[in-house]
Amino acid sequence: MNQPSIATTLSPNPNTVSKTLLSIRGVAKQFGKKAVLRDVTLDCAEGEFLSVLGESGSGKTTLLRLIAGFEACSAGEILMSGERLDVLPPYKRSVNTVFQNYALFPHLSVFDNVAYGLRVRGTPADEVKSRVDDALAMVKMSAYAQASPAKISGGQQQRVALARALVNRPKLLLLDEPLSALDANLRRQMQLELKTLQRELGIAFLFVTHDQEEAMTMSDRIALLRAGELEQVAAPQEIYRRPATAYVAQFIGQTNLMRANVNAGIAECGGLRWPTTELDGPATFSVRPECIVKAAAGSLSADGSVRFRAQIVNQVFQGATELWQIECASGDRLLVKTSAKSDTSEMEFAFSAEDAVRVRD
Amino acid sequence: MYSRAYKLAVALPPIAWVILFMLLPYGLLFLYSFWTVTPSQQIVHQWNLRNYSELLRVPVYLEVLLRSMRIAGIVTLLSLLLGYPLAYFVSFHAGARKELLYQLVIIPLWVSYLARAYAWKTILGSDGVFNMLLQYLHITNHPQGFLLYSPFAVVLTLTHIYTPFTFLPIYAAMEHIPRPLVEASHDLGATPLQTFWRVIVPLSIPGLIAGATFSFVLSLGDFLAPLLVGGPSGIMISNIVVSLFGAAYNWPLGAAISACMMVLVIALLFATERLEKKWSFA
Repeated sequence: MNQPSIATTLSPNPNTVSKTLLSIRGVAKQFGKKAVLRDVTLDCAEGEFLSVLGESGSGKTTLLRLIAGFEACSAGEILMSGERLDVLPPYKRSVNTVFQNYALFPHLSVFDNVAYGLRVRGTPADEVKSRVDDALAMVKMSAYAQASPAKISGGQQQRVALARALVNRPKLLLLDEPLSALDANLRRQMQLELKTLQRELGIAFLFVTHDQEEAMTMSDRIALLRAGELEQVAAPQEIYRRPATAYVAQFIGQTNLMRANVNAGIAECGGLRWPTTELDGPATFSVRPECIVKAAAGSLSADGSVRFRAQIVNQVFQGATELWQIECASGDRLLVKTSAKSDTSEMEFAFSAEDAVRVRD
Repeated sequence: MYSRAYKLAVALPPIAWVILFMLLPYGLLFLYSFWTVTPSQQIVHQWNLRNYSELLRVPVYLEVLLRSMRIAGIVTLLSLLLGYPLAYFVSFHAGARKELLYQLVIIPLWVSYLARAYAWKTILGSDGVFNMLLQYLHITNHPQGFLLYSPFAVVLTLTHIYTPFTFLPIYAAMEHIPRPLVEASHDLGATPLQTFWRVIVPLSIPGLIAGATFSFVLSLGDFLAPLLVGGPSGIMISNIVVSLFGAAYNWPLGAAISACMMVLVIALLFATERLEKKWSFA
């Protein structure tokens, strides 16, 4: 009988199957002579949670402001469901924003804040009432409907800002570091709530943050911006396990960068050698601290495993794990994340060759 | 912390100032309003309420007071109509020229009051710039006298002089409106006009009230503009006070009018202060 075709046997990749909602094409932004964004091309699928991650000054907030319409692109175009978005004034775009400091209207009650978007569009009063009530219930703020924004806490203001944006049923919600003003515990709680809410509503979120942990926790994909240019766009696991560049490897989590020399399929760095498929010449590899393990005494070196002796020069207690700084015979220092005990100051360590990921500089 | 002696030493000069130059003269004024002036023009310390009953009995006082309030009201309205849009434009839409425009609005405040009032005399006079223009355009063939020495001239002059005072608090209030609120409004679908009415106006009301209070209270008590450009039909209540303390030599009656004015103004300030508080959010 016929063999099933490859296409039907493979499970569909959600990122290629779902429709593109937002399409940023070759967008650049300059303030005077200063280029803040350079040739950014990025798609966001319907219902996707996309994080734009970067240091301060990387241009991430500017990118969000271009999508919201508070700034105009210097070059390139932005499309929404295939139609030009960047030519519309902000009040005609079907996106809504949760601002960094919430930007709630101080002269309006919580209810009137949430009702604002519906009222300016001339929604009938009874519909306004029911939709605002629903939105407030969704963020568990119904009890505060008549409160003034100044009288509620930061976390509550955050929820109101979210309800105010979502009540308009945007296709895309833009969030500008919405959790940065909250304390650590509340922030973690809100991260989970936001993620749950996003899944339930099926609205695409474009989430701007400088916090890589936050981006890892919440996103379907992360777009990492560096000095106005996209460094890598990938799912959290992918970006962590297969960082494209040395910058990404260092920005997302901790890593050991090894500047090695490849010769005939063998990479060599400070006395350590491992097999690689990279071409001859200098190459940088990233090895995550948790990929380096304490080797069991007397065990034989398995295939592709790199064994070496090193001194522990520093130990930092981190709860479930410890972070060690070790020094190899060559004098190179490496980070090791382990739950093992350190019985002696000099020990045998190992990492698997496939955990040494080639990265661009 | 600071010792009592230190606090007292710091507080003493302003307290002395207020007592010496405010409470004392106002108190004296108040006392005078209960005394009497004899036909031989001597002020005798004879306590009575005759000065106050005089104010109610002679219609001209009330008439001039009402006219003064009307003029002050019109000046306030006009300076709001000029100052509010100006403040909005400078604060929200002036871009790089913001500082320059702000200075241009402020500069007239550095010019002497008299110079500004006299300027209107040369503009509105029968051989003034305005009349020359009217004749040049053949709108009229002889100088128009109604321009100068009229309530119209007083209103024009006072509006010119006090509009910067109205502008300033409105501008300050608008500068304090966080710009993300304007962006949030646009983001939620409000047009620029809707944003103006629903966000900018409500949040600038304290400035509007302060500005209106400034122009009303300052024009109500003004006596120079009516003196210079008002003529007989344009005199205001302060001109009467000035003449009672001067040529007419009836200090007690002048003091009684001043006391009434003071009560009126203080009541107004209290009321506007409360209104401003009601419209303040933070």
